[in-house]
Amino acid sequence: MATSYADPLVWGVILVIGVLTYAIRLSFIGLFGYLDEIPPRLERPLRYVPAAVLAALVLPAFVTLDASGLAVDKLVAGGLAAIVAWRTENVFATMAAGMGALWAVRFLILPVL
Amino acid sequence: MNRADFRRGVRDVAPLLLGVAPFGLVAGIAAANAGLDLTQAVGMSVIVFAGASQLAALDLVGRDAPLSVVVLTAVVINLRMLMYSASIAPHFRTFAGRVKAGLAYLLTDQAYALSIASYRAEESVDRVAYYLGVAATLWVVWQLTTAAGVLLGTGVPDAWGLEFAVPLVFLALLVPAMEDGPTTVAGLAGGTIAVVGAGLPLNLGLLVGASVGIVAGLLAERPLEVDATDGH
Repeated sequence: MATSYADPLVWGVILVIGVLTYAIRLSFIGLFGYLDEIPPRLERPLRYVPAAVLAALVLPAFVTLDASGLAVDKLVAGGLAAIVAWRTENVFATMAAGMGALWAVRFLILPVL
Repeated sequence: MNRADFRRGVRDVAPLLLGVAPFGLVAGIAAANAGLDLTQAVGMSVIVFAGASQLAALDLVGRDAPLSVVVLTAVVINLRMLMYSASIAPHFRTFAGRVKAGLAYLLTDQAYALSIASYRAEESVDRVAYYLGVAATLWVVWQLTTAAGVLLGTGVPDAWGLEFAVPLVFLALLVPAMEDGPTTVAGLAGGTIAVVGAGLPLNLGLLVGASVGIVAGLLAERPLEVDATDGH
């Protein structure tokens, strides 16, 4: 899935994301004294950004359709990794469980079914 | 700068590197898969230095999504750092503008979490030294593992599905983010809508899902609050 955007566009998008991200980081650190606290109207929705964004990144990767229907390997691996993530809250253990399950289903189980 | 406090920051961040290093490798692999070369991949890690947004942006760039969607998605993911900036700002208020500008560049989930815990536990800790011990270590590891991932990523067969490691990293971050009722509702709603909207034009599924999730979390606040004050 290599991009067909030309190099200058890739650099441009990196720069724009970088500048905006830096502005977010600097915001209150830079403005402290002028703006001491997050306005409540902004703070409440911000509380839900991590859960909403991360879930929107995760679920479509586990529940996907391919040519033959639901991609079973990803569904099984994702479900197993979710249990490990829930029990351990550990990035490395979650990755190991998910990739291990993906390869097991893809290379060992699906070929003999 | 207090060297002991700097070393303490380095020591405290060490166990977290076990999670950061594979995350960086995945970012490098994702960059290679999206068609970025080593310079662009490391350039992105230096300029953006925010893993989750880098991975999401690389995924979208690889699928030739409109660049406005790429930027908007990355910015939404990084909005959480507004909270970190506001929370840590009082501890940095006496420093010169130049110092603040540098500290802000290094602000990450892990640097924020460790530093704020240390500042609260111990009034006398050298704030800059401890923060730099944590944040600069993370920066160096992030750059090195991104570069390693690019070099590794081009040599691995497609059938291995290494790109699947990306959502697995997010999954490990998602579980602690769903810390109570409303945040769990936000996650479930955001994820479900993103699955349903996966076929939306312009790859807008993620943004629509995330927006619906945030609104769902806000709506879930009220009934739960009422329950809590009812004393049931």
